[in-house]
Amino acid sequence: MATAAQRRIKSVSYAKYGYLFTAPFFIVYFIFMFWPLLQTFILAFYGNGVGEKLDAAGTSINCFVGTQNFKTILVGGTDFLSMGAHDDFFQYFKNTIIIWVGNFFPQIALSLLLAVWFTDLRVKMPGKGFFKVVMYMPNIITAASVAGLFMTLVGDSKYSVLNVFLMNRGMEEPLQLATGEWSSRFIVMFIQIWMWFGNTMIMLMSGIQGINESLFEAAEIDGANSTQTFWRITFPLLKTIMVYTLLTSMIGGLQMFDIPFMFHTGNIINQYLATVAVFIYDKFHKNYMSPSYGYSAAASVILFVITSILGALVFWVQRDKDAMELAKKRRQAVKEWKRKQKRGGGFSI
Amino acid sequence: MSKKVKYDTDKGGYQTQVLIKSTLIYVVLILLTLICLVPIWILIVNATRTTDEIIKGASLIPGTNLFANINTLNTDMLYNVFYSPLRGMFNSFIIAGSCCALTVFFSGLTAYGIVVYDFKAKGPMFVFILAVMMVPSQVTAVGFMKLLVDWELLDSYVPLILPAIAAPAIVFFMRQYMLSSFPLDIIEAARIDGSSEIRTFLTISIPMMKPAFAVQAIFAFISKWNDYYNQSLVLVSGNKEQLTMPMMVQKVVSIDRTADYGANYAAIFLSIIPVVVVYLVLSKFIIGGVAAGGVKE
Repeated sequence: MATAAQRRIKSVSYAKYGYLFTAPFFIVYFIFMFWPLLQTFILAFYGNGVGEKLDAAGTSINCFVGTQNFKTILVGGTDFLSMGAHDDFFQYFKNTIIIWVGNFFPQIALSLLLAVWFTDLRVKMPGKGFFKVVMYMPNIITAASVAGLFMTLVGDSKYSVLNVFLMNRGMEEPLQLATGEWSSRFIVMFIQIWMWFGNTMIMLMSGIQGINESLFEAAEIDGANSTQTFWRITFPLLKTIMVYTLLTSMIGGLQMFDIPFMFHTGNIINQYLATVAVFIYDKFHKNYMSPSYGYSAAASVILFVITSILGALVFWVQRDKDAMELAKKRRQAVKEWKRKQKRGGGFSI
Repeated sequence: MSKKVKYDTDKGGYQTQVLIKSTLIYVVLILLTLICLVPIWILIVNATRTTDEIIKGASLIPGTNLFANINTLNTDMLYNVFYSPLRGMFNSFIIAGSCCALTVFFSGLTAYGIVVYDFKAKGPMFVFILAVMMVPSQVTAVGFMKLLVDWELLDSYVPLILPAIAAPAIVFFMRQYMLSSFPLDIIEAARIDGSSEIRTFLTISIPMMKPAFAVQAIFAFISKWNDYYNQSLVLVSGNKEQLTMPMMVQKVVSIDRTADYGANYAAIFLSIIPVVVVYLVLSKFIIGGVAAGGVKE
């Protein structure tokens, strides 16, 4: 450990390298991420028209409109266009939540079961590495290709694999799974589970491996069966990592974009699949010659607020309780010491 | 005595129990393996068959039409206006490769700067990195688009590659790695031997942090290869010479008047093959990296 004096000397001679080495990161971050973030917040309070073109309310990107965009999205507007934005936002928000719930809970149940099996001391399991490799594989495949793959498997076309199979067996009309309200949502939930369960499983496995092995051995010696071991040892000790997974998955779920955006043919996005991220993208980009920056930016700000709350929760869950307890004790000790000093000083006078 | 007998039968029961459980586990695992592999296998098989064969019904045995299908992609007007496998792979490779190099190098450099040196802004910098780690790119997209329009950076690779220098999550991972397994004394030793700071970083710290660099490089490459969102933000005019693999595939998927199903499958097949091969070769590192918590999506 360096003493205070040593540290001071070091900081005199080498501090500039600290700034030098971190400078590229911060410069690029401020230009390409922080400035756009600020822009988004600013644009949320400006109108939707661009250049000469004005939006329905007669405002453009140069007109300050206060909280009008937020009002339009959250409460609804007076004219046809802004009412559309309100309805879309709530429909897409609902879709996001439905798809997230429908993919997260089955996924975490499956991943947890697999993680417990893979780490079970009692079951000898040759080929464990193979299973892990296979189950993680869907996660690395390009989302665009996955959407295309499932479109060719269960799409509406009468030549999709499923429809060919069924029609060869006497079905008259091809199934329209990819455009139906619930069937398309179920397909997307399935795709999300298919892509992510391997990832969640490996994360939970490293969580379980972090649990002291002697606890499992003790449980086995005491005659606990697998169910008891799971509910009395694994699950309680895994709670933190589960909450972490839950929250990060919620943040990820709010950003869900690729599959819902791409699971369609033609140019019209499936209304039952579109998520909040699709709303943002659609409003400012799809029609990039005359974008509605205002609505997009307002929706981004709403998304940012929700994400920040969830992110803060992640830190709160992840916080090091022992270290915080120690810091609290230290603060109290310092306070106590100062109080004593003061009192002592008082007496001496 | 009776106790002992009871123990023995118990032991027999225990073993059967374990056997039943293992069998059950294997059945489920094999089922899941099939669910993971069969869609990909059908894709591979159909990419090698003619449209007529595909319309007749699914099969698990590959055909012989793969090269004809790829040829269709290159020659048929329906596809070749936006799909060119070699061009797409080359473009994706340029973007993913440069992003990967920049991300790993500069994240390592930033983490090194924060861990090794003592300076006033060190604490606030780290708190800042922690705070922005979870800001989703969708939130900054509107402002990013405005920036691209204002600075006339649309249809250029610069805004796709340059931001890779700033990857907060990877800096965080590298910092954790350095704190746990990088002895700072070695830097003092290098200083005494007269090595300059940047040389110490390049010739001593990078080789020592190779495992962390390797894992992050693999993930950076794959995630940039797969990144449809940012690429579609920037490459708005859809010029074939510039499009990347995910964008080309998205265009193939959204054609609604498909003529050649074999070619369609081949287009998707060609887009996943490079990633799958890289994955299979490096799977040990990748699984290890996920387990180490080094991946933030």
